[in-house]
Amino acid sequence: MIPASYFFFLSIILFVLGIIAFFIKRDLITQFMAVEIMLNAANLAFIALAKSHHFVDAQVIVFFIITVAAAEAAIGLAIILLIFRQKKSIKTEEISSMKG
Amino acid sequence: MAIFLFFLLSSVCVGAVLGMILSKNQAYSALFLVLAFTCLGGLFGLIGAPFMAVVQIIIYAGAIMVLFIFVIMMINLREGLSSEKKKWTIAFSVVLALVLLLELVLASKGASLGQSPEGSVSPKEIGQLLFTKYLYPFEITSVLIIAALVGAIVLVKKKEKE
Amino acid sequence: MDIVIVLIKIVLALVWFLVLTLYLTWLERKESAVIQDRVGANRASIFGIRILGLFQPFADAIKMIFKEDFVPAFSKKFLHTLAPFLSFFFVAICITAMPFGNDIMVGGRTISLQIFDANVGLLFVLAMLSLGIYGILLSGWASNNRYSLLGGIRGAAQLISYEVALGLSLVGLIMVFPSLKLSEIVQSQGGLLFGFLPKWGVFLQPLGFIIFLFAALAETKRVPFDLPEGESEIIGFFTEYGGLKWGLFMMTDFMEIIIVSTLLTTLFFGGWQVPWLSADGFQFPWGGQWQMARWLVIIFQVLAFNIKVFFFCWLQILIRWTYPRFRYDQLMDMGWKLLVPLSLVNIVGTGLLLMVIK
Repeated sequence: MIPASYFFFLSIILFVLGIIAFFIKRDLITQFMAVEIMLNAANLAFIALAKSHHFVDAQVIVFFIITVAAAEAAIGLAIILLIFRQKKSIKTEEISSMKG
Repeated sequence: MAIFLFFLLSSVCVGAVLGMILSKNQAYSALFLVLAFTCLGGLFGLIGAPFMAVVQIIIYAGAIMVLFIFVIMMINLREGLSSEKKKWTIAFSVVLALVLLLELVLASKGASLGQSPEGSVSPKEIGQLLFTKYLYPFEITSVLIIAALVGAIVLVKKKEKE
Repeated sequence: MDIVIVLIKIVLALVWFLVLTLYLTWLERKESAVIQDRVGANRASIFGIRILGLFQPFADAIKMIFKEDFVPAFSKKFLHTLAPFLSFFFVAICITAMPFGNDIMVGGRTISLQIFDANVGLLFVLAMLSLGIYGILLSGWASNNRYSLLGGIRGAAQLISYEVALGLSLVGLIMVFPSLKLSEIVQSQGGLLFGFLPKWGVFLQPLGFIIFLFAALAETKRVPFDLPEGESEIIGFFTEYGGLKWGLFMMTDFMEIIIVSTLLTTLFFGGWQVPWLSADGFQFPWGGQWQMARWLVIIFQVLAFNIKVFFFCWLQILIRWTYPRFRYDQLMDMGWKLLVPLSLVNIVGTGLLLMVIK
């Protein structure tokens, strides 16, 4: 079958791409998406390890990561909506003042 | 057959993430990400985690990304933003990311990734672990989700005019 | 050889699915006509032969194929074209997980009458149904029409809300038949309750069945839950579509009816199980017996599956033509304040009962 290291390498590539996306993009929503990519890369690495060591716990951890990501997405998007209502923009360069 | 599927899914996945980075419109970015997450679901299925594969598709592709697209449609009905970020910032971030890539690859060289045994993990095994060893984390996540639910509603709800 | 068998199974299942879809449009026309005291579509003919308008679906198909493929100005052309195919694909793929019958033996080879028996089959179907949302969202957004966009957002909100109830209503069922594999769920519905009642999901999970029925009706987006489209008053997400693409949306609707019917059948009405029919014939609870050949049993089972599916298709069309539409706030209230709490009650109740029995 496919060696687990292939999956591990793919997860590294995805993580790096997520970091690049986070730096290049300049609006909150896409940066948030970049964070999701990195989380997914971590998930893939966990599942690759679960496979290579037959360590089922890793899959349970992925389960938790996914649930936390769902909660985080709900809250994060709510905050982004609030920022948009107040500043009429979600570009990171225009949201530089500390006071709301 | 499996190796072919792996290369197909992984190249589509990486391509979709690249498309997400390169597209100017946020809605297109979100759609590329949906494609990437669906492919990741397929990869999870390939590596013997069918339960995680469907959970990934249901939650990531079916719920979280729908939320993203929802918000994008609500706040960005005009055409997307043009990227004005300075060239050197992009170049610098790419170089740093490549350094990280190198570092990660070197670090994972020493990791023992033995030959993967055959067979897939059934939902039953995951359920048993979830309700015995990981019972407290499981309960805590439910509290977390309720907190997120209430928090999101409170945050977004418009204040009534007095 | 295995690949050939799988290909044959895929072709057969798709033919079954598409022919049933085509004739559901005919059934819908006729049933609505009966309800409204009309005659219904009866004009389509081949060489003057009309037989109750049975050729109507083909006439419709030919009309849709030859209609102008119109794309509105300033719309996102690629996404506008992609959206109907997405909705169609994600519904069509659900049929791969459905068990049509028990395993059959042909020439020493065991063939299951199911294309893809994943050990998470039930969740697979739910996942594919949840991906169908993208067709709605994209068609609304890509049409460059504010009303379509609103329709798409209404549709996505409705589907997401009812998905919660849909998933939760099945948890009790999964606890009773401890499996996510659709074939195993059907297998374990074969026994008897109290010696005479078939051990179907509907008898073990009556509340779950009702919640699932309502949530699934909402997922099909038809009256009384047709807020996303509302063809008679409000403008829906596929207003800007015509010809074949519109036809695909229409077919998706009917295919969703079939998928919901097959799900109801497999989960709550025993799938291909016939009451009191075991592998070698009927064993009636009042003592009678009726020996049957193996192949006859298989035919009975496949027929039973089909009859159950037809019945639920018929029932859904009846519901669609009988009830008025919900208001949007009523829809959301029913989803979040009635169905979700009820399904939680169902889960707790089922768990307690299972504990007491053990």
